[in-house]
Amino acid sequence: MSKQHVKMTVNGTEVEGDIEARTLLIHFLRENIGLTGPHIGCETSHCGACTVDIDGRSVKSCTLFAVQAQESDITTVEGMASPDGTLHAIQEGFMQEHGLQCGFCTPGMIMRTHRLLKENPDPTDEEIRWGISGNLCRCTGYQNIVKAVRYAAKKLNETTREAAE
Amino acid sequence: MSDAATMTLEEREATLGGVGTARKRKEDVRFIQGAGNYVDDVKLPGMVFGDFVRSPYAHARIKSINAEVALAVPGVKAVLTAADLKPLNLHYMPTLAGDVQAVLAEEKVLFQNQEVAFVIAEDRYIASDAAELVEVDYEELPPIVDAFKAMDEGAICLREDIQGKTEGAHGARKHDNHIFTWEIGDKEGADKALETGEVTVKELVTYQRVHPSPLETCASIASMDKIKGELTLYGTFQAPHVVRTVASLLSAIPEHKIRVIAPDIGGGFGNKVGVYPGYVCSIVASIVLGVPVKWVEDRIENLSATAFARDYHMTGELAATKDGKITGLKCHVLADHGAFDACADPTKWPAGFFNICTGSYDIPVAHVSVDGVYTNKAPGGVAYRCSFRVTEAAYMIERMMDVLAQKLEMDPAELRLKNFVQPAQFPYNSALGWEYDSGDYPTAMNQMMQAVDYAGLRREQAEQRDKVARGESRSLMGIGVSFFTEIVGAGPSRNCDILGVAMFDSCEIRVHPTGSAIARLGTKSQGQAHETTYAQILATEIGIPSEDIGIEEGDTDTAPYGLGTYGSRSTPVAGAAAARVGRKIRAKAQKIAAHLLEVAEGDLEWEIDRFKVKGLPEKEATMKEIAWAAYNNLPEGMEPGLEAVDYYDPPNMTYPFGAYLCVADIDVDTGETSIRRFYALDDCGTRINPMVIEGQVHGGLTEAFGIAMGQEIAYDELGNVQGASLMDYFLPTAVETPVWETDFTVTPSPHHPIGAKGVGESPNVGGVPAFSNAVIDAFSHLGVKHMPMPHTAWRVWQQCKESGLTK
Amino acid sequence: MIPGDFEYYRPNSLDEAVQLLATHGDDARVLAGGHSLIPMMKLRLAAPEHLVDLRNIASLSGVSESGGDITIGAMTTQTELITSTVLSEHCPIIRETALLIADPQVRYCGTLGGNVANGDPGNDMPALMQCLGATYILQGPDGMREVEARGFYEAAYFTEMNDGEILTAVRFPTPAAGHGYAYKKLKRKVGDYATAAAAVLLSMKDGNCVSASIALTNVADTPLYAQAASDALVGTTIDAAAIDEAVALAEGITEPASDGRGPAEYRTKMAGVMARRAILEAKERAQ
Repeated sequence: MSKQHVKMTVNGTEVEGDIEARTLLIHFLRENIGLTGPHIGCETSHCGACTVDIDGRSVKSCTLFAVQAQESDITTVEGMASPDGTLHAIQEGFMQEHGLQCGFCTPGMIMRTHRLLKENPDPTDEEIRWGISGNLCRCTGYQNIVKAVRYAAKKLNETTREAAE
Repeated sequence: MSDAATMTLEEREATLGGVGTARKRKEDVRFIQGAGNYVDDVKLPGMVFGDFVRSPYAHARIKSINAEVALAVPGVKAVLTAADLKPLNLHYMPTLAGDVQAVLAEEKVLFQNQEVAFVIAEDRYIASDAAELVEVDYEELPPIVDAFKAMDEGAICLREDIQGKTEGAHGARKHDNHIFTWEIGDKEGADKALETGEVTVKELVTYQRVHPSPLETCASIASMDKIKGELTLYGTFQAPHVVRTVASLLSAIPEHKIRVIAPDIGGGFGNKVGVYPGYVCSIVASIVLGVPVKWVEDRIENLSATAFARDYHMTGELAATKDGKITGLKCHVLADHGAFDACADPTKWPAGFFNICTGSYDIPVAHVSVDGVYTNKAPGGVAYRCSFRVTEAAYMIERMMDVLAQKLEMDPAELRLKNFVQPAQFPYNSALGWEYDSGDYPTAMNQMMQAVDYAGLRREQAEQRDKVARGESRSLMGIGVSFFTEIVGAGPSRNCDILGVAMFDSCEIRVHPTGSAIARLGTKSQGQAHETTYAQILATEIGIPSEDIGIEEGDTDTAPYGLGTYGSRSTPVAGAAAARVGRKIRAKAQKIAAHLLEVAEGDLEWEIDRFKVKGLPEKEATMKEIAWAAYNNLPEGMEPGLEAVDYYDPPNMTYPFGAYLCVADIDVDTGETSIRRFYALDDCGTRINPMVIEGQVHGGLTEAFGIAMGQEIAYDELGNVQGASLMDYFLPTAVETPVWETDFTVTPSPHHPIGAKGVGESPNVGGVPAFSNAVIDAFSHLGVKHMPMPHTAWRVWQQCKESGLTK
Repeated sequence: MIPGDFEYYRPNSLDEAVQLLATHGDDARVLAGGHSLIPMMKLRLAAPEHLVDLRNIASLSGVSESGGDITIGAMTTQTELITSTVLSEHCPIIRETALLIADPQVRYCGTLGGNVANGDPGNDMPALMQCLGATYILQGPDGMREVEARGFYEAAYFTEMNDGEILTAVRFPTPAAGHGYAYKKLKRKVGDYATAAAAVLLSMKDGNCVSASIALTNVADTPLYAQAASDALVGTTIDAAAIDEAVALAEGITEPASDGRGPAEYRTKMAGVMARRAILEAKERAQ
């Protein structure tokens, strides 16, 4: 089969490559670009460890061919902190509230939380639980992840308010 | 020094960040930025990728393997089969349980998805393509799926490689499919207690086959440097040093030429203790090809081929007086070990520490026997977030306590209170041979009962039962009590070893001139926050802030030898080594301080982070000053430097315990169970980091919830594994997972240097019976004694139907 | 889990897509959201040599209401269904159902067309489309044709759709104002297919049921339109007796498989429980 040329923006940088059409986006991100944030956990689109943000949607990158992401704008956990190294409020929340243990689900959780809070900036605990229900965590029992999301929501809302004032 | 000099005691304690503080985790910084370094993140120059050809059958003879077509695929480097491994004597590998396991199937396959051939190619895509093209001709054989039929007369012999061997690693084999019989306790005494008991109960309690299923699957990268004769092996290893020793024994590469690196591990839960064919094949392939070879299993392979847990069929019997004092316990276990006995237990313990099954109760006489059998299922038998077979033991006794309470028409909590080992009895020698180190069970139980208003819950349950009886409600309420005692921290060398290596653990520390330090340990975190908590133990011992103490694990070239992390042994064993190594540092520091302050050692007293001269509080030497002096201003004759190592062989195990309560509501029409409330009181002795402890408890409870309510690695009658993907295998999401309430008491371990006991596995051990007891308790007024786990909606509905509750 | 390789096409028009399918015949498959097809390909249960990605065909997305009909483009995602104001206003059962499909990430990708066209009996939208009396609009080399959802499904993964055809849209009559509705789904966890699920749509007038429509998910190798059960409600006040009859009739047409979700008997009973609950809720919601 012929190789396909793909081009997309990942964490603000344009990347491209010549790949087999069957190359899964997760493999393109990990093997071709060398990212280590998105992880492979289940490969059947159940665990969410591979979640990245594509054009304003949370997507499981194990269940998308890289060619489908042609011309897309992708953010992974590597793109969350500011260029000066300041952590994003969500990253900070996960650390402050002990929202991670082994860390394997964390990049996916953070990226899912990112989109969730964009769409619902002040979610209830129940909305958080439904909002992250496409991401499995085997370590934390989710309770501290819920707190981490709340922490991030509060901080982001305060920042938004301050900016408005 | 200036800021340190002006700080208050409280400020210095806070700066120290020692034992007892809810210190934020050091490892988080990399994980939250995607900068963790898991095995699949490791990329080596020239690395190729291996993938398995697996058996579609549970039991079949291999007639031929043809790899020609696969080898012709561009990019394919090699295809390994048993025929290639046999000349190297690597087609079988030793298991931790004294058996052997096929690395690649030779003449027969013995379970579905067994490894048959290993295809190595330039990348994982080509390897996967080529694996499809390896032609294997099988002749199907009848499988044995039901453990109860394994030893039937005339049952087909599964393990032809050991056919006719009447002696196994653990004594006599009475059938070709029999592995061992293990017995402990006073059989005659227990028989008599059961015969003469005023009240007796007997129940078959099965703990289904489950799988730890960490989010990261197992993986390895072997890199053989043929010129230097050195092997570097990266892998998902909970016990990297043991892997190095095994790799050396298997490959005949001298142990000093093998470097095993366990980088970040994405959860283990027992799955990553054993040695798997994938590891061995990646090593062999790298030796053959001279390039690094990576192997990463996929989720289906993980669930169906590596490391199941449990599969224990336990027949428990209790005898008691009419007023509820237990007089004896008997238990027989039929243990389904699958195709090979690959249980990850200490060598002398083929059934792990199942003999902790007298639980938290003062049972005068007991007897346990365990028969292990082979079936056509995947090998394993790992301790899934528990010490060896401890969760099985806790499940059996905690279920039996409820069964007995029901027979006695006594409240399950009251029965437990009546039979507890009392605080004054510690150290307590159990009827099955353990010496419980410390405990205060009645206090924990009473604290739990008050916290949840136990009596109020029982009143509410009675009212709810009336409502259901009157047809006003379709919801049953169940209250599950569980009081568990664990045995963790393996273990004393007198009774615990793995392949002959005593189960000690170790810590080595170097304090640098500027007053920071690096410590290395023989354990390996898989998410348990070792980088955070070990530093806290050391901080308290040596007065250097935990922020200034780096922790490293997992590289056998740098870390001292240790037996790894599983069975909640890190804190009890390596944590003890950390405390003791700190004391060695402090002892030397005291000598240096005496020299600096020109006083006798005995004139000094320790205060948080410094030595002070007794009676002259302004004369002091901080650890920072002492560290500097260790490299330039020493007492005469003293060796420079400030470093130490400690290998700790614990005098005993530790015995964490806890009181759990679960309130469940059952929808009679669908059989769905909703967990209304779950309260967990844990006593893990001295608490090093309350935040981390709470996180461990949350996680363990969630795993217990998964196990009790849905997890099962099931097989059909042909031995086809059912539902080996995350669509079917129940890993709960945030939506299903209940909200957890945690609480604690503190009963330090008398023999551990800082009194800590370990906590990571307690919630799994205590949690499973709490869920199960809650579900079954909902039906107890209808005469239901036991229901099989997992308590899926359809199984519970089945009970509703049998109890005449469905419409 | 690595899929086999294929040639990838991303046509900009429906005609182009149809032409590609015509050219490559049996070896070609349409790629919509990919969340059914890609897992199948990763398990090598599907190995198409040509994949025709429809995402660039703008005309295949969107929800519109006109002339008493609602039309939804096949490439409309579950998330778009959930956030559609047209649907929330005129046909909220679609949002209710979509929210019970898979998980948030999958719903961003999964499309209505993919869900109804691939013939997986576990999918939720087919029964809902039967309940709504939807028509599927298919485009093929010989032009456009329409097939009723109630007659579309033949067996698991077998439908009325021919090779070379593309499902472009579904259309159904806008449910009457004030209608009652409910989709009830029993499942083991988020992300699971239904153990059993029921879609109910009904209208009440002066306390009597004037129309009812019931369909069932994942209790046979196709979605089931429960005609007799639906009829049993019409003309009644939806009293206990009518519900009992409808439930019994609904249970009667099920032919579920036994699997990890439970034995066939249980799943039949759960189809009844879900139908009962959906009927009660729909009645409650009807104005």
